[in-house]
Amino acid sequence: MNTYEKHRGEGVLLFTRNPAKDPYQARPLRTSRAVIPAPTFNLQLSTFNLSSAPSHLRSMTRVLKSECTPMTTANSPKTLYQKIWDAHVVHEETGKPALLYIDRHLVHEGTSPQAFAGLHAEGRKVRRPDLTFAVMDHSVPTTDRTLPIIDTDARLQFDALEKNCRESGVRLFDMNSRNQGIVHIIGPELGLTQPGQTLVCGDSHTSTHGAFGTLAFGIGTSEVEHVLATQCLVQSRSKTLHIIVNGKRPRGVTAKDIILAIIGKIGIGGGTGHVAEYAGQAIRELTMDGRMTVCNMTIEGGARAGMVAPDETTFAYLEGRPFVPRGKAFQEAVDRWKQLKTDDGAKFDMTVELQAEQIAPQVTWGTNPGMVTSVTGRVPEPGAFKDPNDQKATESALKYMGLKAGTPIVDIPVDRVFIGSCTNSRLDDLRAAAHLVAGKHVARSIKQALIVPGSRGIKAQAEKEGLDKIFLAAGFEWRDAGCSMCIGMNADVLPPHERSASTSNRNFEGRQGKDSRTHLVSPVMAAAAAIAGHFVDVRSLDVSMIE
Amino acid sequence: MQPFSTHTGKVAPLDRVNVDTDQMVPKQFLKALTREGFGRVLFYDWRYLPGEKPNPDFVLNFPRYKGASVLLARTNFGCGSSREHAPWGVKDYGFRVIIAPSYADIFYNNCFKNGILPATLSEAQVDELFKRTEKEESYSLTVNLPNQTIADKHGLMLKFEIAPSRKEVLLKGLDDIGTSLQHETEITAYEKAHAATAVMYEALDIKYYSNGG
Repeated sequence: MNTYEKHRGEGVLLFTRNPAKDPYQARPLRTSRAVIPAPTFNLQLSTFNLSSAPSHLRSMTRVLKSECTPMTTANSPKTLYQKIWDAHVVHEETGKPALLYIDRHLVHEGTSPQAFAGLHAEGRKVRRPDLTFAVMDHSVPTTDRTLPIIDTDARLQFDALEKNCRESGVRLFDMNSRNQGIVHIIGPELGLTQPGQTLVCGDSHTSTHGAFGTLAFGIGTSEVEHVLATQCLVQSRSKTLHIIVNGKRPRGVTAKDIILAIIGKIGIGGGTGHVAEYAGQAIRELTMDGRMTVCNMTIEGGARAGMVAPDETTFAYLEGRPFVPRGKAFQEAVDRWKQLKTDDGAKFDMTVELQAEQIAPQVTWGTNPGMVTSVTGRVPEPGAFKDPNDQKATESALKYMGLKAGTPIVDIPVDRVFIGSCTNSRLDDLRAAAHLVAGKHVARSIKQALIVPGSRGIKAQAEKEGLDKIFLAAGFEWRDAGCSMCIGMNADVLPPHERSASTSNRNFEGRQGKDSRTHLVSPVMAAAAAIAGHFVDVRSLDVSMIE
Repeated sequence: MQPFSTHTGKVAPLDRVNVDTDQMVPKQFLKALTREGFGRVLFYDWRYLPGEKPNPDFVLNFPRYKGASVLLARTNFGCGSSREHAPWGVKDYGFRVIIAPSYADIFYNNCFKNGILPATLSEAQVDELFKRTEKEESYSLTVNLPNQTIADKHGLMLKFEIAPSRKEVLLKGLDDIGTSLQHETEITAYEKAHAATAVMYEALDIKYYSNGG
């Protein structure tokens, strides 16, 4: 059985190359001045490993490796990534990484103290405090913030960020600001994130901002220090990955299900070394909130950045936001932003295609986001995998998760529900979840059901729409904005051996709390699990308002 | 940064695919303000039982791997969170070299900022090293960065790939920031030509705003 037959029922076509863009068909490039000889390629088809196993632990089924980068000229078609890259090169030497200019640097309390300390130790200054924005999000309480912070370590981190921002003139949204929120929520919400920019942050989910056609990725603390000092980053060009989601998304299937299905197919290392660009009808039809969910979890498939070319949906979202130009300047910006798309005939190093109609609501069963299946599926047998490493990983995951192979997903009971995180805490997410729980109540077996809006702005808007009342009446807790139980750095921790339905992004061992068991799902799937006490297929419920 | 040239050390095997940085340094240790001391908490949840008693079932606690400085790992090592606390922990524990078939991008990058060599070998070669490490007590390897080789005392000699620019950073222990600041003129020229700004068109609840935009 080939890959196509194996997966055709599950929404995946196969990893393909577009024949029209196939570099095998190397032809001379015609420019206005001269005919440039066809580039030579040394292409190598890596070994096929068509194991009978589902691919959630397997890396790419089929990967084409190009050992040389095709010769490009000023006139050759470019991908969106290449365009943004080229526009930000400050210095480049052959065979070396480039020095890339950074338009926006977002900073939070978790990964910045050592960077500021390093800067001070060397007697260096923040080069562009005006392009640097700080926010407290990772360790902030989601309960009453007028109370003193009892976690001493967290308080020291907040104090350090406050001091560093004060001394360097970096703008800070502290935990009491009405604009506070998760760094990847407030960037777009305030219009800091704009198409064509480069944006970095010491957090891997910086990929979120790529939804605007922004080149955005997470960096380590040493790189945070580098950007503070130079407003540049030393970077090598990534390979490019085209992820096309064709067709129309069925009702009850959300952006979260699309990205989980993608990760399930390419594996959590499938996109390593690549920058992804998402395309296709199902992506185009997503709201900005949905596109951000998809780009957010790009890193869980190994690609450091994921992008969607900006379009009318993007421009409509941005218009009128605090950092977005107004009037004529906005129109000029839109005209510029419209150029930000991949040219016809531009070459990607790898292409993955999915069919949206074939994607069902997804639920993870294991200890990484690639260990995922449809809500109609079952917990897999370790023996279903050919690779001994995968068998071992599955065995270990099932043991950690306290699951028996063969258990139907809908039979898995849930202890706690978390709707929040930079993946799924935006208005679309809250509205859809509220619609599903309106007039109902969380099951008796549920110990806690948390709603944590991504920002105070979102919280205020949701309250204006009465969503808080719906959630509270249904037995949910309505909290203040922050990273919360996604990472459990504040008091919102999932206790040992308890099982969550969580709209966050990582189900790693211990992620939400030591020995905690995380199942990643969409907001509507989490809401439905809260009501039923176990996973249910939301397509069997009223999902009429979930576009 | 400490330069890296050659290193000989005992090998410890971590036979697990997709080891994520949450496992290397769990969330409760991310509130530190310095880069020091993360060796003690490396692989915390695997390494310790309640009360911080060493877990005898975890490989790094086996007496035979005590003092190891070469970490043998599997595919997609270091995936997940961008936390540099992970390589800080790896280094502080005493590892100078990691050998794996592949690494996650951010972790890989972070290694070079901390003088750790993440060497990449094929899966078959890594399998062979796992076998040899298991078979021989105190199995050790000599890693030579200038020649890009990994060798044992039984005549095994493997070549690993590394980008020349990465190699140079480790060999010279280069300070990235210092190197980049040599391009000050170009950075300034870029800023003049592109006028990167962040203008606030609406009052926000923000601190330390000094009309920078």
